[in-house]
Amino acid sequence: MTSSAVSSGAGSPNTGPSSAGALVEVTGVEKRFGTTRALRGVDLSIDAGQCLGLVGRNGAGKSTLVSILSGLSEPDTGTVRFGGAPAPRVGDIGRWREWIATVFQHSMIVPHLSVAENVFLGALPSMLGPSGAGPSVVSWRAMRRRTRDIMGEWGLDIAPETPCRELSVEQLQVVEIARALARGARCVLLDEPTAALERQAIRRLFDRVRQLTAAGVAVLYISHHLEEVFEIGQDVAVLRDGELVLAAPTARLSKDDLVAAMVGGIAAPAAEARAAPAAAANAPAPGEAVLAVDGLTSDSARGRLAGVSLRVRAGEVVGVTGLLSAGVATIGRVIAGVEAPDGGEVRLRGRRVPPGQRAAAQRAGIGYIPEDRRAEGFVAHLGVAENTTMAITRELSGRFGVLAPRRRAVAAAPFTARLSLVSSGPGQPVAELSGGNQQKVTVARTLAHRPSLIVAITPTRGVDVASKELLLSSLASVAAAGGAGVLLCSDELSDLVICDRVLVLVRGEVFTEFSNPPFDRDALILATEGITGMTDEAVREEGE
Amino acid sequence: MISNQAPQGQAPAAVRPDGGVAPPGGGSIGARLRGMNVSVLREVALLPVLVLLIVVGTLVSPAFFTVSNFAGIGQQSSALGVVVVGESLILLIGGMDLSLESTFGLAPMVAAWLLVPVAAYGSGTNLNPYLGILVLLAVGAVVGLINGLLIVKGRLNGFIVTLGMTIVLAGLQNGIVKAQSLFNLPSAFGYLGAASIGELPVSLIVAVVIFILTGLFLRYHRVGRDIYAVGGNPAAARAAGIKVERVKIGVYVVGSVLAAIGGLMEAGRVSAVTGQQGYGEGIIFSVFAAAVIGGVSLKGGRGNMVGAASGVILLGIVSDILDLAQVSNYWIEAIDGAVILFALFLARVVGGESTAEER
Repeated sequence: MTSSAVSSGAGSPNTGPSSAGALVEVTGVEKRFGTTRALRGVDLSIDAGQCLGLVGRNGAGKSTLVSILSGLSEPDTGTVRFGGAPAPRVGDIGRWREWIATVFQHSMIVPHLSVAENVFLGALPSMLGPSGAGPSVVSWRAMRRRTRDIMGEWGLDIAPETPCRELSVEQLQVVEIARALARGARCVLLDEPTAALERQAIRRLFDRVRQLTAAGVAVLYISHHLEEVFEIGQDVAVLRDGELVLAAPTARLSKDDLVAAMVGGIAAPAAEARAAPAAAANAPAPGEAVLAVDGLTSDSARGRLAGVSLRVRAGEVVGVTGLLSAGVATIGRVIAGVEAPDGGEVRLRGRRVPPGQRAAAQRAGIGYIPEDRRAEGFVAHLGVAENTTMAITRELSGRFGVLAPRRRAVAAAPFTARLSLVSSGPGQPVAELSGGNQQKVTVARTLAHRPSLIVAITPTRGVDVASKELLLSSLASVAAAGGAGVLLCSDELSDLVICDRVLVLVRGEVFTEFSNPPFDRDALILATEGITGMTDEAVREEGE
Repeated sequence: MISNQAPQGQAPAAVRPDGGVAPPGGGSIGARLRGMNVSVLREVALLPVLVLLIVVGTLVSPAFFTVSNFAGIGQQSSALGVVVVGESLILLIGGMDLSLESTFGLAPMVAAWLLVPVAAYGSGTNLNPYLGILVLLAVGAVVGLINGLLIVKGRLNGFIVTLGMTIVLAGLQNGIVKAQSLFNLPSAFGYLGAASIGELPVSLIVAVVIFILTGLFLRYHRVGRDIYAVGGNPAAARAAGIKVERVKIGVYVVGSVLAAIGGLMEAGRVSAVTGQQGYGEGIIFSVFAAAVIGGVSLKGGRGNMVGAASGVILLGIVSDILDLAQVSNYWIEAIDGAVILFALFLARVVGGESTAEER
């Protein structure tokens, strides 16, 4: 822990390993995909008991580095060493897991199996010994006992027999961490671990990480949330365009330093985003209510609604926030027509929108940026242009519904250009794009049909800082210049900077409303927990 | 001086912090070419196999490489081909329909039963043959509609629904004529399957037209593109305002109507409707084999008509060669099946990663 934990490879690619006792050591790693150089000579080391934050924009090479560190792909050149010895062969996952285990962003849990089976997935304890049972016979008793031991040792509290489908997202993550520890991994890689967690759960995760590092486990913490990296990481490494451009103890850095390192000194989008709400304020006085929602109730699994009413005027950006279970996503989905409510109604420009019919809602003029882009945002193997124009094929097609691929490309171009979408061309399958660019496709698809109301649910989840600000400012500018209302449903408070008003939901009801930007972050957090302005009188006024 | 400039004024937008990656304007032509090469390669993946089979066929028998033999292959394959178009459409939306083989038998049976006299086991209504063809199409549409409603609206498993439907329809096919075969079909009814223009069988012409129209529809029609979106990711298609359920039900209907048309061709070709037609012959295996060999994914959203057509042609040539080689009837099925497995493997090798099943 005394030695400098991270060796920067950017300035001096030939420097040897700086810490001889590193638990995980990556030297000169290069990886190409076709013409793209995903990693260009990355040097990185992690010591026992260290928590190293790894940040970088989408497409910077984080995922590639994760897959190399996880033993899933092999670097073109360079080496990976564990405890000073060469890493096992790529593909020898069993031996690899004895050193390093990854908790991926997307759950690797088999939902129908029990907690114990998931913890020991692929290495179920067998019955060996004098009883004579064969080596391939699963010992359920040993499996449950050892799961209980691991859970107990690390203060994780989940019964081994529970089927994983009954667990919350947080508990599933705990199971994945337990799986890593069960193989005796000395290094745990956490890839965007807080993406789907509530604030309290994030606290608990941090406590667990601290407990792990205190016990000598190394943690590589990958996140888009810089404040998390500052809180939990002793050191931070920044990847940009496949190079490690910065590596230093977090204590010596500011958030601005990190952002500058990530975007390479060009921080223009930040200014853009700040300018956007100002532009909205200068726009002509907001007109009639575009959207009128009255008394929505729902029993949705994503969070119930207990009678929510709200208004969005033309040119206005209204935020809805709250804890994950508060119904934030549900209200967005109901208004967009993806889910039918149990009661209440949605009116757009005075006309009732039929409930639960996405196509009808879209025809009425409601755009929808879904929460989970992989699930609803695009068709992965179709091209960028085809996905972007998916909602406007009717306008683009000529007589008898004939739709020329060229017209799609032409129609998509202004939207993809406006969002600075990086692709090799209109025909490139969206599956090949980075997460941030995939999200841009999803947003472009919505902008393309020129909605009079955009419902955006957590539009910046899993998107890097620069893309995030670009996406938010583009939404704000649609409202300001295009006269569309925007309803931004998000549990990420940083999304709310573009809002003119913010409603806070608590357990499916509007708890309070903030209407004077900029919003006080602490007051917002308190409000989502159901506490009105004990500390800030202004909050109570807003609540009236 | 301007020659080195990026082709579009938007170039500055591309030179963003993301850097390093090809700018949207400049890379597009290359990418399009690359994309095209890949898809063309996939579409002609079976070409080497077809060429090889033609060489083998020529060696096996002097009668193989003749116009009349190819016309024969065309006539024999066209009924199957039309059903393959229907099944491919259903596979593209991420569905599957086993009952097409029974529709292939039942639709012409119902129509023929209404056409022929009581003495020939008909119903005695002596329907006009043109009306008979309408009845045939209607039977297909109704079966497809029932399947579509049960699967899409009733949210039942498509495999089991259409398996059950297969058996029900095959039972009806035998039940209405008490397991008799109907001969002496009116010539207008048999025209599609039996007639030729010169050496060219009418059924082949019609099948080729159906393949081409469907291929163009899938590529250049709004609804055709919707079919790919629905099969590729139904939730995303729905979020983009596509009426997913309507597209799916529509495709089930069209698929069954195509199966009925295939049945009409078959009835004309053999000048009869037998109780065996369709389900009894087990044609659904050939239907799936042709589609999958041709690169239509069983998981939905991938595949095209060029591939499906080459799958049909491949099966047609194989069975023709086995005939000409006078392979004993006892062995013909084993060899037929082995060739299909081999063709599948070859299509997988040539077609690359996109034809691979997930590990």
